[in-house]
Amino acid sequence: MPELSHDFEHAAVKALGNQQLRTNFRRVMTGLMNKRAAQFPDPDELQALRSRGKSIKDRALAKLPDLLVQLEQNLIANGIQVHWAESVDEGNRIILDILRKANAKSLIKGKSMVSEEMHFNHFLEENNIRALESDLGEYIIQLAGEGPSHIVMPAIHKNKGEIGKLFQEKIDGQGYTDDPDELTAAARRVLRQMFANADAGFSGVNFAAADTGSLVLMSNEGNGRMSTHLPSMHIALMGIEKVIERLEDVGPLISLACRSATGQPITTYVNVISGPRKAGEKDGPKEVHLVILDNGRTRIYDDPQLREGLRCIRCAACMNHCPVYTRIGGHAYQYTYPGPIGEILNPQMQGIEKAGDVLHASSLCGRCAEVCPVKIPLVDLIVRLRRESIRPSADAVKGGGSRKSGMENVIWFGWKTMYANPLFYRWGTWWLRKIGNLMPAGLPLLKQWTSVRSKPQFASRSIYDLARERGIRDE
Amino acid sequence: MSNARSAILERLRKAPKKPVPDLAPWSPYKTTTEQPLDRFRRLMGAVKGEIIDTKRADLAETLRKVLADKQAKNLLYAPNTEIGRTIDAAWATEPGPQLVAYDKPMEELKSLMINDIDAGITSTMGAIADTGSLIVWPSAEEPRLMSLVPPIHIAVLEASKMYDSFSEAVGKLGWNKKPPGNTLLISGPSKTADIEGILCFGVHGPKQLVIILITD
Ligand code: SF4
Repeated sequence: MPELSHDFEHAAVKALGNQQLRTNFRRVMTGLMNKRAAQFPDPDELQALRSRGKSIKDRALAKLPDLLVQLEQNLIANGIQVHWAESVDEGNRIILDILRKANAKSLIKGKSMVSEEMHFNHFLEENNIRALESDLGEYIIQLAGEGPSHIVMPAIHKNKGEIGKLFQEKIDGQGYTDDPDELTAAARRVLRQMFANADAGFSGVNFAAADTGSLVLMSNEGNGRMSTHLPSMHIALMGIEKVIERLEDVGPLISLACRSATGQPITTYVNVISGPRKAGEKDGPKEVHLVILDNGRTRIYDDPQLREGLRCIRCAACMNHCPVYTRIGGHAYQYTYPGPIGEILNPQMQGIEKAGDVLHASSLCGRCAEVCPVKIPLVDLIVRLRRESIRPSADAVKGGGSRKSGMENVIWFGWKTMYANPLFYRWGTWWLRKIGNLMPAGLPLLKQWTSVRSKPQFASRSIYDLARERGIRDE
Repeated sequence: MSNARSAILERLRKAPKKPVPDLAPWSPYKTTTEQPLDRFRRLMGAVKGEIIDTKRADLAETLRKVLADKQAKNLLYAPNTEIGRTIDAAWATEPGPQLVAYDKPMEELKSLMINDIDAGITSTMGAIADTGSLIVWPSAEEPRLMSLVPPIHIAVLEASKMYDSFSEAVGKLGWNKKPPGNTLLISGPSKTADIEGILCFGVHGPKQLVIILITD
């Protein structure tokens, strides 16, 4: 994967100038929003389902340590081996060890955002193990050497012509076509052989049911099943927040996730894995491993408000509906998770000093929180993290306070003083009326604002004076 | 046990406690005006699952027709199941497309399965009206790959085994007791919309899903 430059502003400006990219995103996001809306014709049903989803995840989070232990016990009883990793490095190393022990040289992957968090493919390649993505979108971006631009549709920034050229260039014997059916068939051909020959399969996890010791995976393509049924070993990876109490609770969560994500009642496959191949069975992996990753999640958990972000079921509705995301696409966000959920997760996982600039990729319009199927108050969390970036509360967030700026402090102090005191206010606005229009737009601080907006015109008389004149009193 | 495990659990245990909320009131989907089977047909149709009604006694004949229709030259089947025995008996009197028995470990059949099989037939545990999904529980007799690798998946569903919702199926089938190693919901043929959001079928799993519905 190419080294990314971690500068949100430049990336966003560049994305805004790319008309093709904006057209691709606009079209698909509009489609997804319409499909979601069509899935929820009854607002009461939607609200009841969202409340249920929220309460399922809140219960699981309230009991998280106990549920993780219960899950582990039941998985082990089912014959699944469980590993724990605190950091990305530890997670990578555990999986490498498992693969080395089995003498595995190649791995076929189902979709996993957590593995993107770990830069897992890159790590394996450095260690001479070939990791091939099998989700069509992930396969496309892997061929292109790019990262995902959306958590459900990773290659959605590319159009079919671009994909046609990519396939022609990278797949042996493949001519150019921009027909999606033919492109899909080409990927099927290549990947089928990989599924058959790979030494190990890999997947993420959508939900892990503690009561039965089951891993639940959703997929439309069937690659999730191929990766977990065909190779002789299956390694699954999940964040600690994926565990829920009961298999039964998967029903409402799937309904919320699928309807919110792509406007389907359900994905084509819901694959419930509760153990490896047993004696007498003819297929299925002989070994199943689960790696449970922390990577900053316990720190998020430690703060009662920020913990709400751990309810996320990765449906992507928040980004599909985000006016900022729809215009700049996912790559501008620089780190694994784009859109509103990324604005919350990336700064907390990477540290505000590194990834805090995405906190400003929001107009706080509130659409994300309105559509979030598990009622995460995304806007409140973004505002909270903005505050943490300036004035940290204890040790809540990595890199808290690192965005403090003397100049910004002075400006806010001045603003506050003026608005808190009628005398200052009148005096301040009087001056602005007199000299505001004379100030050149290119003044040092003003320039940053006026470079992309026209400078406001100051009225010669204040609304306060006008109101007075009409006989409106202060009270 | 590893350090990571105890460190993670310890941090979680030390974190501020929040009360465990009750589950918010919500009831799983229940059919009211539309019959469960009608809803199932509608939703399955919307995702290109084909449904063919038949009587139990006509299963083999219906299967023959489906295979002819789809021009399948062979069929992967499970010989030690009721469906398998029905097929064997019917093919003994009048041979049809070549039968391939899934009666040995996958390793011995893999290349054949990946490259040469046209269709596979499996039973189902029933279906869910809410989402239009088949419930499939692979077993030693009827292994996992039968419903996945062949380009055509033929699934036999008994109309009497309809459940309103996943929650109902979990309770009635004892899914949450000690489930088999792999259990599935299947709602249509394999599909993707990863290229420009345009729907394409058969990306990795079956391109076609044919449901033979036993109505008696
Ligand atoms: S924050 Fe909510 S809307 Fe966004 S991906 Fe997570 S669950 Fe979906």
